Order: sequence, then structure tokens, then C-alpha cells
Amino acid sequence: MRAIGDWFVRGYLGLVLVFLYLPIAVMMAMAFNRSPLYELPWTFDTVWFVKLSENDVLLRASLNSVLIAIANTVIATALGTLAALALARYEIRGKALLRLLLFPPITIPWLIIGNAMLVLFFWTGIGRGLHAILLGHVALSLPYVIVIVGARLQSFGTALEEAAATLGANPWQTFWRISVPVMAPGVVAAALFAFAVSFDQFVISNFLAPPGVSTLPVVIYAAIRKGFTPEINAISTIIILVSMGLMLLFARFYRFGGER
Amino acid sequence: MSVVEVDRISKHYDKVAALDDVSLTFGDGEFFGLLGPSGSGKTTLLRSIAGFVEPEGGDIRFDGRPVRDTPVHRRQIGMVFQNYALFPHMSVFDNIAFGLSVRRIAASDVKPQVMAMLDLVRLSGLEERRPRQLSGGQQQRVALARALVTRPRVLLLDEPLGALDKRLRQQMQIELKQIQREVGITTIFVTHDQEEALTLSDRIAIFNEGRIVQVGAPHAVYERPCSAFAANFLGDANFFSGRAAGEHGEYGRIALAGGGAILTRDPLPAAGQPVTVAVRPEKMSFGDPARPPAAGAAPTNHLRGVVKQAVYSGSSITYRVDVGAELIVFAQNRTAEPLQPGHQVDVTWDAQHSVVVTP
Repeated sequence: MRAIGDWFVRGYLGLVLVFLYLPIAVMMAMAFNRSPLYELPWTFDTVWFVKLSENDVLLRASLNSVLIAIANTVIATALGTLAALALARYEIRGKALLRLLLFPPITIPWLIIGNAMLVLFFWTGIGRGLHAILLGHVALSLPYVIVIVGARLQSFGTALEEAAATLGANPWQTFWRISVPVMAPGVVAAALFAFAVSFDQFVISNFLAPPGVSTLPVVIYAAIRKGFTPEINAISTIIILVSMGLMLLFARFYRFGGER
Repeated sequence: MSVVEVDRISKHYDKVAALDDVSLTFGDGEFFGLLGPSGSGKTTLLRSIAGFVEPEGGDIRFDGRPVRDTPVHRRQIGMVFQNYALFPHMSVFDNIAFGLSVRRIAASDVKPQVMAMLDLVRLSGLEERRPRQLSGGQQQRVALARALVTRPRVLLLDEPLGALDKRLRQQMQIELKQIQREVGITTIFVTHDQEEALTLSDRIAIFNEGRIVQVGAPHAVYERPCSAFAANFLGDANFFSGRAAGEHGEYGRIALAGGGAILTRDPLPAAGQPVTVAVRPEKMSFGDPARPPAAGAAPTNHLRGVVKQAVYSGSSITYRVDVGAELIVFAQNRTAEPLQPGHQVDVTWDAQHSVVVTP
């Protein structure tokens, strides 16, 4: 009986992994396939990577995406961490309401938020463009950062900081030597989330991108509508490899959310 | 090492008094237990002394100098928290060294002091471990070493042994007391565990609803509780209510509400006044109902009753006895044969163990 159960569990796990990774694996295989029409037999070729290196639109959009994602990560993580600290450690008027207001932006469909932002930005004169996209991404990532860092802070309470004070540490020393390192895993996890929210972001970017300037997901979407270009498989493969590498690197240093 | 004085401090949370005009003096080198149910104000007092709570009015003095305006990190205190609050990202060594390093003491001076502390709490060899790699008892000792290494003026312990299992707790109690003696530091600790308070303290204060109910040495407070609350909170007690009914030699007589009378050595109010008496269950024993006490023996109290329940717990047996009201009697397990429910007994105790208390 036990052996059967064991096999069932393994088989189930295997199916989950196949379900998750098969599409990605196929796409990566096609990136190295010579045929532009995804034809078999599969013949190894790097022609699509060469073509990609000549595709200015795709490359510029990639660069835009990376730059916006990095800027968004830095800004949203910094602002969100400070907000989480304030919510966790200080008595603020209407704190409960503020906390509650964090969740609707996470649940409201991006399509609606994107539409709302477009209206607002148009109306206030902010307009469209990379700056507007960045602004939108920051607004979208902030609740995630606050919730993730806040959970980390809450799990430790104020006891560590109080302990540091009884041991003679002034507030500055306490912040840098206790609060920051204790928060760090939560902050790193939140930063990864902020990066992903921005780098993945199609809907809002699509609303806020003027013709000619865009991010990678928007360009990929436009390209696919015109018909398949295996160059997209090539750039996707690069992105997957880089992001997986980054994840492994972080996982090496932090167990997300939990104890270091 | 300091004398700590708390002088008429109060603290209200939403109009509920956590501390209501409390004054206490903690002697130099004294081990002082603050005991009471949760919400009684003992923790608020401890946190006021630490500086986390700002009391309304009154004063707190260390060696005669007010510390009201001194922030926590300048009060030179040591504190052990309920769940130890060890820094998870630091080794045992760095945890203990923290208080020295924030004072910018040279690393060459830090090491011997930390090592001496590790030796004191018997953790030598574990200095490279992380807190989560230690057992509960070991974590507790790291917290103690960390609090003591800066040579604080007073050591504050917030339910220091609450997170440990019973056996380890008893062992740590002995160790804690030894270390405190060795270091000679004024120590104030909060607990809701009465046995812990009795074992560790030179003096204890019992708190209820923000006020001090009774202060004294453990045996004084246990043997002569001043109020029903103190008698009930520290240990168990049987209560009798009746009216003062004159004297009987050097003893006072109390006529019980349900009939019968008991004797006490405590002074009584004027005849006819209501009186409440507390008697510890272990002071009571069973005599033979068929044989009246010998003439000339020390006056004892007798109440006829019937065993309702016997709870066997190894070394002792707890009886519930119906004498009109219900009494609890602790008996040593001498015969290995507990009395059965329904058994007729004569509950007896020495008159000096009838303690008159405020209701």
C-alpha cells in the first residue's frame, strides 16, 4: 500500500512539473530550431539569436523593460519598506484603514487600474511614456512590498528592538544593527516581487506606452499579433535563463519570508 | 547594583488603571518577585522601570537619582524578555557582545568579558552557534548572559522561565538564583507562577488590578496572607466566613455562618463583626471521628465531613471534603490507600493556621 501511495505522490509531482515547465521547454527548444514555422524535425541553429541581435525594436524594448523594472524595484522597495516600518512601529491616525486600503489595488483587475491611470495621467498632464509607465508600476508594486515587509516585521514584533535598547543601543544603532538585518529577507523577497510585477507588466504598460516607445511585453504582444517570429522565443529564452539564475542566487542567500 | 525606588506611579490605558498609585523600594542586591494575574500591573511596573512605559506622575529613582527623563538605552539596565528576544542574525558570541560593542568597547576587551559570561552561564564552546540552534534552556542562558555582560544597575526579568517545560524550569530556577547571588545584582522579575515566585524571591509583591495587595518575604506572605485574594492567588486556600464570637483563652472564636465554630490565634474584631478565615489545604489533616481529641492538647479545629472525591497524584492526594461547605485537603500519600468517596472524616487543623483575612 505504502509503495503505491509513494508512487502516486511522485507521479503527481511529476505531472505538476511537466504542466509547469513543458510549455517553457518547448518554447526554448523552438528558439534553437532552424525552421521559422516551428517545423519538425528539430534542427539546432542559433539563427534566431543572430536575428535578435539585429532587431532594434525588440532590443530597445528589452532595455526599457530592464531599466524600468530596476528603477521600479529600487523606488517601490525603498518607499514600501519605510511605509511598512511606519505601519508596524508607530501609532498613526487611521492606521487600520490605511492597512485595509492596501488590498484593493492587489485585487482590482489591472485592466481597470490601467484605464484609470491613463485617464488620470492624461487629465493631470503627466501623459504617456516611460515616466508614466514607471509611475504606474511603482503604484502597483507598493502594496505588495508593504504587505511582504510588514509580514516579516510583524513576525518579529518589537521585542528585538526593545532588547537592543536595554543593552544600550541608541535608536540609530538599533535600526542599522537589528531592524535592517532582521528585515532583510523580507525586503529582498519584496524587491523580487516588485521586479516581477514591473518586468511582467503588460496591461498597464500597454495603456501608458505611446506609439514607438515601449516595453518588452508590449512589443512581444504586438509582434505575435502580426505573426510568429522565433526571435521572441530567443529573447524569452534569455530572460528565463537570466531570471532563473537570479532566483537561484537569491535562494542561495535567503529562504524567502522565513528565517535566514 | 542599585537601590531602585518606585514612588507613587500610575498608568492608565483607556481609563483602565494598569498601575494605580504604586510605590515600592527594591533593595540593593535583592531578588524581588512581582506576582499577579495577567493585567494586574506587574508587567507595566517592570516596563516602567525599564523605560518602555512612561508613568503618569510619580517618580522612579535608581540610587536616589530620578530616571524619568532617561531613555531606555541610557538607563544601564539588563533585561531578559519572555521569549528571550535573541538576535537571530547573530551568533551567541555576538549576541552577548552586543551591549559592549554598542558602547564602543575595544574588541580585545570584549572577548574576555563575553567568555567570562559564557563560563558563568555554562555555555562555553557554543559561542559560534546561532540562537535557533540552541535549546530553550540554552537560549534562556544566552539572554541572561547578554543582559549581565554590561554590568547593569538592575536586572529585569519578564516571565524569564515561562517558555520552558516544568523540569527544565525548576533546574533553571536554581541556576538563576545562584547566578544572581554570584553577581549580586538587584533583580526584579515578573511571573504568574506562584511556585517560581516563592522559590526565587527574597521578597515578593502580589498585584491585583493595578495595586499592590501584599509585600513581604515569601514565607510571610504565604503563611499569613492579608486578603482572600492573596491567599487564593499564592497557593490554595479554604475560606470560612462567620462572625467574631469572643475569646477562648488566648484564642479567638469565630461562629461559622453554617453552624459550628473555629478557633484562630489572630486578633479578631469586636464580637458580632463579620470575619473571613483562610486555611491552607496542606495544614489540614484527617483525625478519627470516633475518637475525640485528648484533653489538654493544643487547641485544634474539627469539622465533621464526608469525602466526596480523592485525586491521586503520586506523592500526595487531594481530597474534596463536604463539611457543609466544600473543603480541599492535601494529604501526603503515606498509606498508599486513598480514602474512598463517602468515607466519614474529621477534618482537623491547628488554630494558628486559621488566618484572618480581608474578604
